[in-house]
Amino acid sequence: MTAQVEKHGTTLGLDHRKLGFWTFLASEAVFFMTLIVVFIIYSGRATEGPGRELLNIPLTAFNTFVLLTSSLAMVLTIDAARRGNQRGLKFWLLMTILMGAFFVGVQVYEYRKLIHEGLTFTSNLFGMTFYTLTGFHGAHVTVGVLWLIATYIKALQGKFGPDNYIPLDVAGLYWHFVDLVWVFIFPIVYLIRW
Amino acid sequence: MATRAEALPVPRVASWWSVLVDWLTTVDHKKIGIMYVVGALFFLGVGGIEALAIRVQLAGAERAFLHPQTYNEMLTMHGTTMIFLAAMPILAGLGNYFVPLMIGARDMAFPRLNALGLWLFILGSLLLYLSFFSGGAPDAGWFAYAPLTTKTYSPHKGMDFWILGLMVTGIASIAGSINFIVTILNMRAPGVKLNRMPVFVWTMLVTSFLIVFAFPSLTVAQVLLFLDRNFGTGFYAAEVGATPILWQHLFWFFGHPEVYIVVLPAFGLVSEIIPVFSRKPIFGYTALVYATVAIGFISFTVWAHHMFAVGLPPVVAYAFGASSMIIAVPTAIKIFNWIFTMWKGSIRLTTAMLFAISFVAMFVIGGLSGIMLATVPVDWQLTDTYFVVAHFHYTLFGGVLLSVLGACYYWFPKMFGRKLDERWGKVHWVLTFVGFNMTFLPMHWLGLDGMPRRIATYGAGLGWDVLNFVATVGAFTIAAGTVIFILNMVVSLWKGEPAGDNPWEGWTLEWATSSPPPAHNFDGVPPVESRRPLWNSHEKRVLTPAEVRALITPDEHVHLPPPSVWPLVVAAGITIIAAGFIYTMFVAVLGVVIFLAGVVGWIQQEGYH
Repeated sequence: MTAQVEKHGTTLGLDHRKLGFWTFLASEAVFFMTLIVVFIIYSGRATEGPGRELLNIPLTAFNTFVLLTSSLAMVLTIDAARRGNQRGLKFWLLMTILMGAFFVGVQVYEYRKLIHEGLTFTSNLFGMTFYTLTGFHGAHVTVGVLWLIATYIKALQGKFGPDNYIPLDVAGLYWHFVDLVWVFIFPIVYLIRW
Repeated sequence: MATRAEALPVPRVASWWSVLVDWLTTVDHKKIGIMYVVGALFFLGVGGIEALAIRVQLAGAERAFLHPQTYNEMLTMHGTTMIFLAAMPILAGLGNYFVPLMIGARDMAFPRLNALGLWLFILGSLLLYLSFFSGGAPDAGWFAYAPLTTKTYSPHKGMDFWILGLMVTGIASIAGSINFIVTILNMRAPGVKLNRMPVFVWTMLVTSFLIVFAFPSLTVAQVLLFLDRNFGTGFYAAEVGATPILWQHLFWFFGHPEVYIVVLPAFGLVSEIIPVFSRKPIFGYTALVYATVAIGFISFTVWAHHMFAVGLPPVVAYAFGASSMIIAVPTAIKIFNWIFTMWKGSIRLTTAMLFAISFVAMFVIGGLSGIMLATVPVDWQLTDTYFVVAHFHYTLFGGVLLSVLGACYYWFPKMFGRKLDERWGKVHWVLTFVGFNMTFLPMHWLGLDGMPRRIATYGAGLGWDVLNFVATVGAFTIAAGTVIFILNMVVSLWKGEPAGDNPWEGWTLEWATSSPPPAHNFDGVPPVESRRPLWNSHEKRVLTPAEVRALITPDEHVHLPPPSVWPLVVAAGITIIAAGFIYTMFVAVLGVVIFLAGVVGWIQQEGYH
């Protein structure tokens, strides 16, 4: 049996790494869901001190746009790999990395500005929940950027192509997941008046 | 081509160093499984000694065997150890060893991730126990309720060890679960359809999903508590407008599925043992599997029944009470499955079967007291009394431990090639069963009489002395049985009766290979056309090992992954990072360096696809 499984695929016909990573993302989804629920429970409570009126919505909206566009670049990376287009692969992967790094950079700028204006991690419930939720997301984006950089080094060595794009696919799953989480966080934290 | 002759162990003189390196770098699911079980049995012993200390303290009124602070530490570490360091890893270990064998696979889907989980369990457990030598063990209960666990009320570092040690073992659990899910869904031998999988495999699958979905809630709760304790936030601080009840919701959203995380695989174990020793297939396989899945879903909707006394709105309390009663329905279905499996079977009362039958009886008692506690007004009366202690020990000791012990007798021959001694096994069973009921049955009455749990002593003249003394005698009876069990294992490793491939005439795939199985598990897997692949339905008997061998077409190519040291390095890195958060950031930086080195080595290693 196993020779067959190893050579000709798996019981479900889905690569182990992809199935395993989907399972991991399910766990990550519950992790962020819990953080979001904590944010919602505490929003509108004990609102003394600096609050959500300090948030720069146009800037973060633009940052959201950049992050979502990076998902498109990731899709084009994998598409190029499947077609064997090495130049396109490297170009779009680099674009993904740059847009991800831009997002993190803007978040660092945003944090510095907010802290300067008086909203710190310990100011009040809003500060605690805001920095915890967006901070965990930012940390995930940062891990994603580092992962994509490692992937880019392998891409420069020509390791990916139509026969070997699963590692790119898995990195892409992670990247899309991080984007998707932000799609929930942005309206809940920045747009909705709780 | 690997042949059976090659697979037999070749006598050779191995230095202790090469044996050590072999075990530290192995990615073989069987060796990893054995290490999980040995580690878990060690912590079962440690948790048992903590329980004995508690029972000595409570043997009579107003005793001073333990200082109240030490009592709190013993109580906290007993619960934490038994759940996270004994029950979960022993089931992970049995699953690791037997799930691939039962579905006809060569190994787990991710062999190195499997080793990583083992080392994270071992090192995370050691980190937690380091607290005893670093200023004090955790002392606020395994449930770690805020605000009791905040810096104000638990100032020493014990709770930080609790948070970070359990985060490390939590990563291990999630890594292990992902591995089980992929292995079970994706690596079944031809013919092993989902509805032909052994029930134990099903329960491991459902439990793995529960871990994947339940643990993040605990992680978030722990992160927030750690921030409160060390970084000046107040997620659980009423004085800044937050609510300490948040901890209870987050903890029990994890904590109640956790009960099923440990009890579902135990259900799976007895579902393997009872049919084989009744010489009948499991009664109502489909209902049993659906009931398992149903329990998995419902287990996420009952958590607030741990919180009836905190003042939930009545509608919420009754909704959670109702869902807690509903979960009794699929559980009762399983009880009937086991009873009807035994009905008119030719029952062989081996030690494994005695443990399995006593599991069914004891779990019914624990389930019934659970229904009583799900009734909101009854819970108000009984919460925080010894009635609750009695209840959950009937489900966890009577449920999980009895079935695990049964599985030890059932599978020891497969793992080591020799049977455990049956006469001493029965002595072990008698002492465990009698001792268990002596310890925990009286606690029902103590609880009804109002004896509070988690308190270091009780007043003389309250009339609780006699029953408490009986409970303490019971605890030492269990300990005596456990000593016999350990001696039985050690002696049987060398002197036990040789088992052969299939000592119990079982019909699942783990019996289709030698005992112990070769590194590659099977030369080939016999064709699987039913739930009982080794059963000859015409002659109504189990195939002999020779007949099984005749059915096997050996595989031409057997690829086994090379050993790897990187899981151990990565696990060490993660644990040192966690320790750094407790001691100094310098240590954490060192951990990051080790972690990254491990990750790079992991990625670069050849031999894995």
